[in-house]
Amino acid sequence: MAYTEEELKKELETKEYQYGFYTEIDAETFAKGLNESVVKQISAKKNEPQWMTDWRLQAFRAWQKMEEPEWANVQYEKPDFQDISYYSAPKKKDKYQSLDEVDPELIATFNKLGISIEEQKKLAGVAVDIVMDSVSVATTFKETLAEKGIIFCSISEAIQEHPDLVKKYLGTVVPPKDNFYAALNSAVFSDGSFCYIPKGVRCPMELSTYFRINQAGTGQFERTLVIADQSSYVSYLEGCTAPSRDENQLHAAVVELIALDEAEIKYSTVQNWFPGNKEGKGGVYNFVTKRGICHKRSKISWTQVETGSAVTWKYPSCILKGDHAVGEFYSIAVTNNFQQADTGTKMIHLGKNTRSTIISKGISAGKSQNSYRGLVQISPRAKNARNFSQCDSLLMGNDCGAHTFPYIETKNNTAQIEHEATTSKIGEDQIFYCNQRGIDTEKAIALIVNGFSKEVLNKLPMEFAIEAQKLLEISLEGSVG
Amino acid sequence: MLTIENLHAQVEGKKILKGIDLDIKAGEVHAIMGPNGSGKSTLSSVIAGNEDFETTQGTMLLKGEDLSELSPEERAHRGVFLSFQYPVEIPGVSVTNFIKTAINANRKAQGLEDMPSNQMLKKIREKAKLLDIDSKFLSRSLNESFSGGEKKRNEIFQMAMLEPQLAILDETDSGLDIDALKIVANGVNKLRSKDNAIVVITHYQRLLEYIVPDFVHVLFDGKIVKSGTKELAQELEAKGYDWIKKETVG
Repeated sequence: MAYTEEELKKELETKEYQYGFYTEIDAETFAKGLNESVVKQISAKKNEPQWMTDWRLQAFRAWQKMEEPEWANVQYEKPDFQDISYYSAPKKKDKYQSLDEVDPELIATFNKLGISIEEQKKLAGVAVDIVMDSVSVATTFKETLAEKGIIFCSISEAIQEHPDLVKKYLGTVVPPKDNFYAALNSAVFSDGSFCYIPKGVRCPMELSTYFRINQAGTGQFERTLVIADQSSYVSYLEGCTAPSRDENQLHAAVVELIALDEAEIKYSTVQNWFPGNKEGKGGVYNFVTKRGICHKRSKISWTQVETGSAVTWKYPSCILKGDHAVGEFYSIAVTNNFQQADTGTKMIHLGKNTRSTIISKGISAGKSQNSYRGLVQISPRAKNARNFSQCDSLLMGNDCGAHTFPYIETKNNTAQIEHEATTSKIGEDQIFYCNQRGIDTEKAIALIVNGFSKEVLNKLPMEFAIEAQKLLEISLEGSVG
Repeated sequence: MLTIENLHAQVEGKKILKGIDLDIKAGEVHAIMGPNGSGKSTLSSVIAGNEDFETTQGTMLLKGEDLSELSPEERAHRGVFLSFQYPVEIPGVSVTNFIKTAINANRKAQGLEDMPSNQMLKKIREKAKLLDIDSKFLSRSLNESFSGGEKKRNEIFQMAMLEPQLAILDETDSGLDIDALKIVANGVNKLRSKDNAIVVITHYQRLLEYIVPDFVHVLFDGKIVKSGTKELAQELEAKGYDWIKKETVG
């Protein structure tokens, strides 16, 4: 069958969420609702010190006075924050010593996702800290990392074991009052990951965490804190999938990166949360605050492949505080059916000779809306700051939208800022050309989309790039037959 | 190989092919010549299965199988290859990656596994050499900022890789300088065999000096008005298309 607009549309509609299954694991879940007592209970459940409880309560009080933001180019029914349960943990309290002790259901879940822990263990170079429904249930490679003095654990554990580091850095990049969702997260965050790389240490493996939303109606409030001490290096991978669900799920994570002098952090995300069905029902609301601070001659690089969620609101940003700091943002955002994404980055140039690069690739299909929103800000002190931004959009069919909102604020006339933008459409002639060479329409679309996204895919670590390519294909093609 | 009978085709209601008959046997090279707008490219598009064109009458049989029942990719899987007059750009997809995908798609249709990469690499090197293509070229994005000559050379490279049963070269000579023309023609000649057939569509006789056809057909106003051997092409070159026009009208 040769490609026509009509047929492409039909084919895209038949796409179903591949990972739409639900794992039954015995869980302990709080009653729905949010008040100070719930915040205290969460903190108590985690056996947190008083300073942490107080920190949460302050954030909660601030949140109560805040309004949900409305400036993003997305439309959705606002979540009822009293209709969400704020804590859910697998009942088994003990930490597992080996995989045999892990709930076989959980292992089966990961097998279905093609990321069995067994495989991961063998895959030298990848340590996995699995966050499932808020509590870490398995950690591998810890010893190898410990030898180098690297700390990689759940944030709850870090609060217990490394309170000084947490106290010193938590909320320094994304203050609790930063925005509505950051405040909410600060009050009720359930778990997340913590990572500290000591001075001069190059982390010998990619650190990865698989996040997963599993309990019906449980909001997820992950908190991630990555600290790269002077002259250290770490590559951190974050990948997510979630089961199909009929009601909207709220996800409001906060990720803070701290790159001290001459350190480098590479943070890669593949996000594949349930986008809702083809009528636009269900799907995850993803309101995330990700931000990093770069000290002198340090570098933070954000790479993201966003294929999931019904509504995405996410701007991984860099504060280039130190002189000669470098910030990078590479993004592929795919929207299909009724998905809405408003994503981009902020590059705040404070130091001299700071540089930033933004490469954004938006792919829209179905009736989806895909917006790039970016801010490049050059402060008066940021002499010789440079930025290059490139925003490309690829459209499939006639019912979707691509929007670009680039903001540039410069207060120093030595700044060099370049912005390029293109919009293209997958053409019938491209599809026919591929067909003529024996490549079917589905494969042809995958080929064209992968080509379009190549600059960003190339920035991902190898094994992640392959997974990301697979996700792009799943997101845009009907399961044929 | 290919038998076309009384083929009529139209695009957006406009009749372009008005009864084409062609019989192409394995081992033969046919040239189809004609002035602009005579329907040459339409014929190649219809054979390849471009659905912008609607076949209203007639039959096309490839080794006895009715082509009109097959999708463009199914036709490709049966060995139909079209060297495009205007090859499209696919940004970010390298020449190598594209041909690899195409070869494996065809193998899959034949129930074969993917070609092992060392074999693929060897084949790519061999065919690239045949067409004087360097390795830098192979890693460039498909047709993106290619010169006219590079585009055509890449088409013939793909033909060499895919080893089709029936190759249709649509205006492969346009945009080629004489050196490139020789390389491309030489490549095509090396691919000629008793098992395949080649249709060369061209406006000028120039290419036919290098790819010598067994038969020459003149297409005018959607019909083949004259057929002959290679001398016909020379005659046409000497007398111009007006000669055909006069003969047809008169």
